[in-house]
Amino acid sequence: MGNKQTTFTDEQLEAYQDCTFFTRKEILRLHSRYRELAPHLVPLDYTNNPDIRVPLTLIVTMPELKENPFRDRIVETFSEDGQGNLTFNDFVDMFSALCETSPRELKTIYAFKIYDYNRDNFICKEDLEKTLNKLTKGELTPEEVALVCDKAIEEADLDADNKLSFADFENMISKAPDFLSNFHVRI
Amino acid sequence: MPPKRKNDTAIKVEDVGMDVDAVLDSGSEEEARRRTKNRRIKPQRKAKQVSDDEEEEEEDEAPKKRGRKKKPKPQDSDEDDEEDKRSVKSKGSKVSRKKAQKDDSDEESEEDRGKRKKGGAVSKKEKEEQNKDKKGNPKERRRDSKGGDKDKKKKNGKLSSSSDSGESDEDSLSEGELAALKEQVEEKKKLIATLRNKPWRMKRRLVLLKEAQEFVEKFEGALGKGRGRKLYAFKVMMTKKFIKFKRDFENFKTACIPWERKIKEVESHFGSSVASYFIFLRWMYGVNLVLFGLMFGLVVLPEVLMGLPYGSIPRKTVPREEQDSAMDFSVLFDFGGYCKYSILFYGYYNNSPTIGVLKFRLPLSYLLVGVGIFGYSLMVVVRMMARNANEGGDGADEGEFTFSWKMFTSWDYLIGNPETADNKYASITTSFKESIVDEQENQKDENIHLRRFLRVLANLMILCCLGGSGYLIYYAVKRSQEFSKMDPDDLSWLQKNEVEIVMSLLGLVCPPLFETIAELEKYHPRIALKWQLGRIFALFLGNLYTFLFALFDEVTAKLESEKIIKNATEWGLNEYYANYSSFYNTTNVPPPNVDPADVVRGPCWETAVGIEFVKLTVSDIQVTYLTILIGDFLRAVTVRFLNYCWCWDLEAGFPSYAEFDISGNVLGLIFNQGMIWMGAFYAPGLVGLNVLRLLTSMYYQCWAVMACNVPHERVFKASRSNNFYMGLLLLVLFLSLLPVVYTIMTLSPSFDCGPFSGQDKMYDVVMETIEKDLPAFIGNIFTYATNPGLIMPAVLLMVLALYYLNTTSKGYQQANLDLKKKMQMARDEEKNRRNNKDSTNQVMKDLEDLLPNKSLVPPPTEEEPPPPDVVTEKGSKSPKTKPGSATKGVNLQKEVSLAASNPRGPVTRAPGPRGGPPGNTRGPQPGPGRGRGAPPRK
Repeated sequence: MGNKQTTFTDEQLEAYQDCTFFTRKEILRLHSRYRELAPHLVPLDYTNNPDIRVPLTLIVTMPELKENPFRDRIVETFSEDGQGNLTFNDFVDMFSALCETSPRELKTIYAFKIYDYNRDNFICKEDLEKTLNKLTKGELTPEEVALVCDKAIEEADLDADNKLSFADFENMISKAPDFLSNFHVRI
Repeated sequence: MPPKRKNDTAIKVEDVGMDVDAVLDSGSEEEARRRTKNRRIKPQRKAKQVSDDEEEEEEDEAPKKRGRKKKPKPQDSDEDDEEDKRSVKSKGSKVSRKKAQKDDSDEESEEDRGKRKKGGAVSKKEKEEQNKDKKGNPKERRRDSKGGDKDKKKKNGKLSSSSDSGESDEDSLSEGELAALKEQVEEKKKLIATLRNKPWRMKRRLVLLKEAQEFVEKFEGALGKGRGRKLYAFKVMMTKKFIKFKRDFENFKTACIPWERKIKEVESHFGSSVASYFIFLRWMYGVNLVLFGLMFGLVVLPEVLMGLPYGSIPRKTVPREEQDSAMDFSVLFDFGGYCKYSILFYGYYNNSPTIGVLKFRLPLSYLLVGVGIFGYSLMVVVRMMARNANEGGDGADEGEFTFSWKMFTSWDYLIGNPETADNKYASITTSFKESIVDEQENQKDENIHLRRFLRVLANLMILCCLGGSGYLIYYAVKRSQEFSKMDPDDLSWLQKNEVEIVMSLLGLVCPPLFETIAELEKYHPRIALKWQLGRIFALFLGNLYTFLFALFDEVTAKLESEKIIKNATEWGLNEYYANYSSFYNTTNVPPPNVDPADVVRGPCWETAVGIEFVKLTVSDIQVTYLTILIGDFLRAVTVRFLNYCWCWDLEAGFPSYAEFDISGNVLGLIFNQGMIWMGAFYAPGLVGLNVLRLLTSMYYQCWAVMACNVPHERVFKASRSNNFYMGLLLLVLFLSLLPVVYTIMTLSPSFDCGPFSGQDKMYDVVMETIEKDLPAFIGNIFTYATNPGLIMPAVLLMVLALYYLNTTSKGYQQANLDLKKKMQMARDEEKNRRNNKDSTNQVMKDLEDLLPNKSLVPPPTEEEPPPPDVVTEKGSKSPKTKPGSATKGVNLQKEVSLAASNPRGPVTRAPGPRGGPPGNTRGPQPGPGRGRGAPPRK
């Protein structure tokens, strides 16, 4: 790829490397992956930054996301229009935040956004219920779900407002042993 | 959907904060603030459209906003940030402009720049706002901002020309200006470096990056004065080049990491835990490559290139009696014959102090490499452990966040295989259910006595197994020593390789046996895994050490026989010399003319040890590969194809497919590495062999795991045990270091083979070099350094340092604990206030009752401020803390009935983080002033 036709100019690649955790090769690979999703939509030539969006339904078919219970939320979170249509920038952004080298702080922020279903900047009980039901494929009884959600809030809620603010979330996540190893996607 | 969403964001931007604030705060204050802000903002917008005069007017409103870097934010509320900052910023620029008009032209450049930049940022921000602020009067606003935008741009255009002229006479920039500029440039650079860590949209990042780069580009050269300037420019250029180089190097490095795709594939099928084994394997491969490079480059290659060729001296020649069978496959396969007298083993190396034209000191190099391998491995392992330790969270107490952790961190985002995903769902559900049950009834022990008895029984059985296996190995080694005294032709292959076979078989049979026994104990799976790992470790270690001790017996026996041979040879030689001189009547005796193959030679225990280790490694490889082939592949094939004609479902029922045994494989790898470390000194070729082994097993196991294994039903976490494995590796490293160092320091090397032959002790090489070949003062330094008078204080110092560090770490731990307690207290307190409007903290209550004059009241509030400092993200709250606590104090002073209003004090503070992610992370970062507003929120 890119043998005959340049996909990005050198400046673009440099800029992407400055803005993400990827190397040049990975960015090019990301582009080819992006293009695979919708070959008719995405041009090979990206030197003039075409404004093209790939819809959510196509994005979530990627093997990296296919099995993820939160795939829709992830894509929505990273899309600029909030509905899951990703430009290439968003696409790179998504995998950069989820890649192995991105720092805990950044991941925490995005994790918070992902789990905040109703986008009110708090993880409230409904958000937790949704998360839990996705995680367990709805195999817990409503009472169990309620109990778990109550417990989770009770554990992590520092300011006692019965929902998790980002501070609560960060505090909780920063101590979690598995967060970093589990919250990453390799491309 | 779209309109609704827009609403959503709008609500977030405008209302959420306000609502909550209004509820929590007294409200009036907030309102007032907002109003003033709006007032401030509106005229400003107008001003942009109209004229400079108005701007000046406006400037009067906020005359103190000049500071560009540290914009005084009126108060901390993230929703307002954007507007706030914009107003402040444009004001800043206006102020600066006014000043520019007043002042001379030098300043204009800087001013301008600031403005231009700000202009860009503002316009961008405005655009952002357009997206968000669709609520109230979207159209007007947009027009407004656009107007302002254009206006600004025009101005920028105008001013940029003057800025160019300004640049020409930058030399006259005042010191302060220069410093400010420098600071700005530094800030920009910092921004460029940390841009990737910001939670912003890519588009925004790209724009900011461009701006910052342009800025730096433009004004970097302006820094530095007169003569210093050129140097500075050069320095800047070099740093730029260096950064570029570093990046290219990074790119190159990542391109060099092998098997990235392969591992990813495994990862997506089996989750991170199985992948962690392969990553470990890859890491091990890297370490071994380095070891191999050391060994090969500094020992093997020089000997091959510059040393004497094969057949020149006895140690490099196959003895006469072995020559007939030296090329037989069976002999070679046992590493006898030509293998034994090759560079693979210790004995081949010559003891001449220097070889070749380069005067390469091979013996010295041999010893240093042998020790250096341990040094390097130790360093790498410890560094890896430290890195792992940093990653794994700061380890809150288990159980503090059971449910939330399960909720937010249990899904493995790497999983991309439906089967694995199903397993994961199931395991998460079960773990939730378990936790619920645990929560509901904390442990109901039905029959504790039976359980205890079973556990004791299980441990007894396992101890018996361990002892038995140890004895078996000892017995086998003893037997093999007897065999070795017999004629090798009479022995069968089985008898020759008894030790290796026994060891491999034990390694094969015992772990499953332990697992079966562990069923008795009924531990929680995770604890059971730990036990299992510990037991296998003990087994391997026991086996290895028994083997070693048996080997030592052999070595001492060999040393004895060697002594006899040595004496005999010397006696023979003396005899020869005496005869020769008496016969020819000359003192100039030529060395005896004997074919090197016929020379009598000692047993060379080092090579024997090396051969043992190589054989052990090879048989380990064979067993591992055969196990995979039979246990995994054949089983999978059988299950797959016999399933068509079998009476029960083989895939779901009894044999089913094998799971990938992570812990067993990792332990196997670790012990293999231990053998390499131990054997490398006596068999330099062993490292190369190991590199080959790791290489093949990477491909082989990758294939096997993808072809014939199924994902685990119970998925264990990899991260926790990561350092556990590294710890094991470190232990094994240490344990394998011991015997090698012991032999180097105490045993005397063979007299007729190896690089140290003829010396009393191996380390004499070093002594000799220091004494003879280094300048005298270095020798002196060494003598001083090895003086007990110096070593004792050094050791003492180290002990003291250890003690000191230990004490401080304990102190920190204590402080941590205290702070945690305080946080807990604060939290409880607030909860209680919310619920009962009354403190349940008895002490506090008493205090309140007791104090008629409440001037001493602050304690509760004094208690609370710390948490913000502890929990870093609360930094933004601090400005409000004071007012809150003040009101609280006042309230307390009055009456308990006022406690109802109390919650507000603390609570206003608490929502500080409400701004959500962007605000908080941005808070501590430098230079928020530079035209980037609040990050986008959704």
